[in-house]
Amino acid sequence: MFQHNRLDSNLTFIQKVKNLDYILLLSIILLSAISVFVMYSTDGGQILYHTKSHFIKLCIFFPLMLVISFFNIKFWHITSYLFYFIIVLLLAWASIDGIKVSGSQRWINLYFIVLQPSELMKISVILCLAKYYHRLKIDNVNSFTNIVIALTIIIIPIILVISQPDLGTSILIASSGLIILWLGGLKIKYFFISFITFLISLPFIISFLKPYQKLRILTFLDPDRDPLGAGYQIIQSKIAIGSGGLTGKGFLKGTQSYLEFLPEKHTDFIFTLFSEEFGFFGSIGLLILYIVIISRIIRIGAISRSNFARLFCFGFAFAIFIYIVVNLSMVLGLLPIVGSPLPIMSYGGSSMLATMIGFGIVLSAKINHKQTIS
Amino acid sequence: MIKENSGIRKEDVINRRMFIIGAAKIIIFTGIIVRLFSLQIDDNKKYLTLSDKNRIREWKLPPTRGNIIDYFGNVIAGNLKVYQLHIIPEQVENFSYLLTRLKVLLQLSDKKISNILKSKKRLKPWESIIVSENLSWSEFVKVNNYLYDLVGVKPVMTISRNYPFNDIYTHVLGYVSQPNENDILQNEIIQERFVTGMKVGKTGLEKTLENYLIGTNDIQRYEVNAYGKRINQLEYQKGEQGSKIRLTIDTEVQKLSAKLLADKAGSISVMDIYTGEIIAMCSSPSYDPNLFLFGISNDEWELIRNNPLKPLINKTLSGLYSPGSTIKPIVALSALENNIISTNFKVKCTGKTELYGQTFHCWKEKGHGVVSLNNAMKQSCDTYFYEIARLLGVDRLKITAKKFGLGEKVLGEYFENEKKGLFPDTNWKKNNLERGWVLGETLITGIGQGYTQTTPLQLCLMTAQIANGGYSIKPKIIVNNNPLNFVEAKKAMEEQNLINSNNRLFKEQRNIKIIQEAMFSSTNEIMGTSYRSRIDDPKYQFAGKTGTAQVKRISKRERELDLKIDQIPYNDRDHALYIAYGPYKNPRYALSIIVEHGGSGSKAAAPMAKKLFKLIIDRDELREKQPNFEEINI
Repeated sequence: MFQHNRLDSNLTFIQKVKNLDYILLLSIILLSAISVFVMYSTDGGQILYHTKSHFIKLCIFFPLMLVISFFNIKFWHITSYLFYFIIVLLLAWASIDGIKVSGSQRWINLYFIVLQPSELMKISVILCLAKYYHRLKIDNVNSFTNIVIALTIIIIPIILVISQPDLGTSILIASSGLIILWLGGLKIKYFFISFITFLISLPFIISFLKPYQKLRILTFLDPDRDPLGAGYQIIQSKIAIGSGGLTGKGFLKGTQSYLEFLPEKHTDFIFTLFSEEFGFFGSIGLLILYIVIISRIIRIGAISRSNFARLFCFGFAFAIFIYIVVNLSMVLGLLPIVGSPLPIMSYGGSSMLATMIGFGIVLSAKINHKQTIS
Repeated sequence: MIKENSGIRKEDVINRRMFIIGAAKIIIFTGIIVRLFSLQIDDNKKYLTLSDKNRIREWKLPPTRGNIIDYFGNVIAGNLKVYQLHIIPEQVENFSYLLTRLKVLLQLSDKKISNILKSKKRLKPWESIIVSENLSWSEFVKVNNYLYDLVGVKPVMTISRNYPFNDIYTHVLGYVSQPNENDILQNEIIQERFVTGMKVGKTGLEKTLENYLIGTNDIQRYEVNAYGKRINQLEYQKGEQGSKIRLTIDTEVQKLSAKLLADKAGSISVMDIYTGEIIAMCSSPSYDPNLFLFGISNDEWELIRNNPLKPLINKTLSGLYSPGSTIKPIVALSALENNIISTNFKVKCTGKTELYGQTFHCWKEKGHGVVSLNNAMKQSCDTYFYEIARLLGVDRLKITAKKFGLGEKVLGEYFENEKKGLFPDTNWKKNNLERGWVLGETLITGIGQGYTQTTPLQLCLMTAQIANGGYSIKPKIIVNNNPLNFVEAKKAMEEQNLINSNNRLFKEQRNIKIIQEAMFSSTNEIMGTSYRSRIDDPKYQFAGKTGTAQVKRISKRERELDLKIDQIPYNDRDHALYIAYGPYKNPRYALSIIVEHGGSGSKAAAPMAKKLFKLIIDRDELREKQPNFEEINI
């Protein structure tokens, strides 16, 4: 067995290339291509700042993903805690000396890139917990100390992100973390208990919310209460999607978008524009593409020999799923507006970087799926 | 493989739990697809409408008013291309430079400049500011020549009301101007079609026929962005021009009327005695309605308002005058109809008559001697009419006067400023002045003085109804789609009178004939009051009755002085009146003339009738040949 192990860990370059998951790779390329075209549409059918910038980021991060995939999964296992630790430091930096944009302090200036560490934290919390549960014996999972340690891993970044303030990202970090706890074997009754506790304490949580966050929830419950103010985004988004119909208004013909009725069309509301121009069929197509990506990731997790890779893949697949669901539910008016980007499609370097790192590690797991980690 | 102590394999736990999540994922994704389906397919129509509501905005443009034409198809209220100058602020590079350039080019006042700056603040940067509503051609050319230097300036051609005959139709047509709050509130159609820059009728037919003339808006549909900026024009929907209205008036007769009354205050009305069509309706002095189109200047307005001859009053319909001797045909007719007198009835005129110690003078101091009805009409003997009025009584006189249209509106709904006038009777006095009727008042009513007040158009209608043999006609100023020629109209009128006796104004048609003959004598026989204005040619020969209405009681001293007209102050001079119809043998037209403070009817008013009848009868043939409305090609 050990022999076998060593053999696998020394794959040649050709073998590594052969071991790549091409369906996943093609889906990612397809998604990237779509995202460039949609970005081109948000620029009003011109190659302007957003299109260029988005394209350049893809050109950097896609190769980066491949580079990451060629590292042995063991390497990512070893560096998981370090990675997590660095991101926590970066989050702290953002809290102390971050760039303030419209009231929230989420970004740090690294001189070659303006980074949003909270986006990277979405990945690193999965990595960190995957390693933690990989090393933990199944019988010790439900011991008090271990639960506290696991929760601490989740809570530290959440406190930092909430204080930025950024409710949306912290919810996504929390759900990515909790899913590993779930997969790791935490007793179901703990989930039930904490869910009920959450429901009971909900009124108290709401009273701690910032006024704009309360407004968002109220607006979600009834967007028409202030159609030109807080409800504007969601109403315009629904109009855009609804008016797209079966086949959409056509590429570059989304009136809601190019007449600037749509807010945040480059970032959180990118799906709205896509759906307006390509209609129900287009939207289903995009959804299917995401489902293919998610199911490939799950499959890779399922064939991985190490629990670290398995936990990471499952966790990451779930995270992608959650991003999509939160984003779509938001633009479709099913959830309150909690700024959350659509993976790869939305404009934003940090989010794309995080997703690409995730894909890279998943591909690394695929290449090294026979690799065991002791 | 690492086997766990408890016998549970870790990867099994992970896989099993992953499976549960997988199931949850499918449910959630299904939920999202259902939501997409409901938005994009179920409610697609609703959201498409909302999306169009977002992006499409309509701009209404002022509607084009319908033309008003005269009987012969000449445009008397039309539409003219006007040149305007707009500034589109967002296209201007240097606003203050542009204003300085425009100020020099168009000699704009400082006030105008500050107005432009004010509207600039008020309007959105893509909304145009109107610098000038009506540029002259030379200004327009000048601006176009310097256009390269005037970035953001847009010369615009648009349409505006225009009255080609200037002041001669003012009292008939009225004028248009920018609507005020009342105009908008009182008329729903204006409310609905209102846009800035639109003009609506303020007086006259322009106002009463507003709903026909107004037309529908041109509509521009633009695609706009979220900030309301126009992106591109989607559609230009041409509005419909308002209805064309054809009047019964003959511009040539109208023109002559205006010319005859030039520099005088007064009124001329001419009417077809069978169809009731008004051939001319002129009130003098007048003013140019074109002045009101782009806002009248204060000086010009003051000039019109303060003119002592009162150009703002439509004297034909709103001017109330004592009819003077022009009432005599009605008094005589009433006496005949009531069998008070016969043609043989004679009165001796000594120049005055006494009643209960009060003296009533005849206009001729020496008296007319013994006069018959015909003679009394001819020479307009007041004593004769005092006598028959006394015998007749005012109440019976009123019945006849009312039948012939006195004390009632003539055109009714067409002119909101039309007055009813007044023909008194004993009841009226009791009800309104709370005093009993005095017989002396009957006497002066018999010569058209006292309480009686008539409008010139009433006198014209009265004359027309005497001239057509005593039949009621309905005066009109607008041509129906299918006008009758006079033979048809005459036939229709007589036939209708057989069916409906209400339209017959007489008991004995012989009596009408007697009055007609008396009016003929008055004009065409020696001693007749308008003998000097007669036309011997039977083609033009007309019959008439003069009138001189006192505006002030003549004192005994003044009577003795026997002042010449230019020795009396203007406002104390008598009004000169004349009513007539012609041609006598085969009557077609009736007219009434009033010259305010013109002195005597025979000197000031009757000579005008001579000139008018020449023209009217010359144009009669043309009028009969005039094709119907639809066939007129303008």
